[in-house]
Amino acid sequence: MQTFNFLSVSTVEEAVVALSKGASRPLSGGTDLIPMLREGRRTADAVVDIKRIPELMALAIGAQNDLTIGASVSCQSIARDPEIARRWPGLIDGVSLIGGTQIQGRASLGGNLCTASPAGDAVPALIVHGATLVIAGPGGRREMAAADFLLGPGRNALAPGELLVSIRVPAPVPGFCAAYLRFIPRNEMDIAVASAGISLRLDESGRIADLRLVLGAVGPTPIVVADAASIAAGQVPSADLAERLGAAAEAAARPIDDVRGTAVQRRRLVNVLTRRAFDKAIKRLA
Amino acid sequence: MSHLVVNSTVNGEPAEFLCEPHETLLHALRDTLLLTGTKEGCSNGNCGACNVLMDGVLVNSCLVLAAEAEGRQVTTIEGLTPREGLHPLQQQFLENAALQCGICTPGFIVASKSLLDRNPHPTEAEVRHFLAGNLCRCTGYDKIVRAVLATAAAA
Repeated sequence: MQTFNFLSVSTVEEAVVALSKGASRPLSGGTDLIPMLREGRRTADAVVDIKRIPELMALAIGAQNDLTIGASVSCQSIARDPEIARRWPGLIDGVSLIGGTQIQGRASLGGNLCTASPAGDAVPALIVHGATLVIAGPGGRREMAAADFLLGPGRNALAPGELLVSIRVPAPVPGFCAAYLRFIPRNEMDIAVASAGISLRLDESGRIADLRLVLGAVGPTPIVVADAASIAAGQVPSADLAERLGAAAEAAARPIDDVRGTAVQRRRLVNVLTRRAFDKAIKRLA
Repeated sequence: MSHLVVNSTVNGEPAEFLCEPHETLLHALRDTLLLTGTKEGCSNGNCGACNVLMDGVLVNSCLVLAAEAEGRQVTTIEGLTPREGLHPLQQQFLENAALQCGICTPGFIVASKSLLDRNPHPTEAEVRHFLAGNLCRCTGYDKIVRAVLATAAAA
């Protein structure tokens, strides 16, 4: 392991000061950061443990029934919360897939975002839920849509000295449903070859409004399938509509060949995953 | 780099130790506290051989910095083992021949305890799912799963 200093901070303000100095890196679960430091894929002068900041470890359903997840809360704490599972099952689909039990207990939702892997399982689910991110920095706080946070493999929208504080997920409105699915060649403990997250709202007449479709691991960042909303708008859910959404996903994907899969396979996979995620989301309304 | 002083509780006893800032909990346990039951396998979070409980949560100690243990409760395989005899999981691993080389065994037992504490009567599928982050390269999975199920059945 390379050498670095270790700091533990207890407020967001202390964290921002610490992260503004040299090559400092925030530490939540460490499930990405520690192997990266060990293997020399990242360097750090200092590692700043942010898990003793109460706001980063808080999990709260607000008065408006929205959900605020501290950036350092573990995936296990989120996935095992019965109220979150009941209200946001489409979010849990993604969060509960990140690593095996030992990783789940440490890996944070904020870390899954900040690592900015094209295959991060929580990210498509957060985008289709319309999540916003609260970011603190030397100049104060700002908010940003989760959809705008990833800039490329390993690159996020944080400026030097900035820290992801929390993730806000809006309350599920009546008729809202969501689902996330991925393909891996094993049963557990793997990185998505391709994935699809979907959310939609059925209006009172049973027609679709506000459909969002986001693909993972088929581009440098998650891909929002822009024409999915217009394809689905005003439609009643049907097998034919699922086919058309699957075809739109296949057309929007920009996959590469790599060790986990080929571009041809990934295009086909996002078609199938989109259709299945659509069905899974609709079934949740029943 | 100067050393850090860490005050934690290890296997129910107060433990004060020195570590380097970049040192993992795995190395502090093995090399400083001489609790060598916890094994180093992959050192990148894939194999589970280094599993310990931290504040009751199952973690890979190779992915925890020793300094993070300040004020935390750490339980290792040594802490599971009673003063006399064996923990029921250890006994069932023995009776079911659920080990060959033994490197993965402490991690499997700590992980299995974490499972049974939460779900005392898991199905076979639940055992396999929960233990997916523990690798056995002698490929003794079937006997390991049977040992965990036998422990649950006897409880």
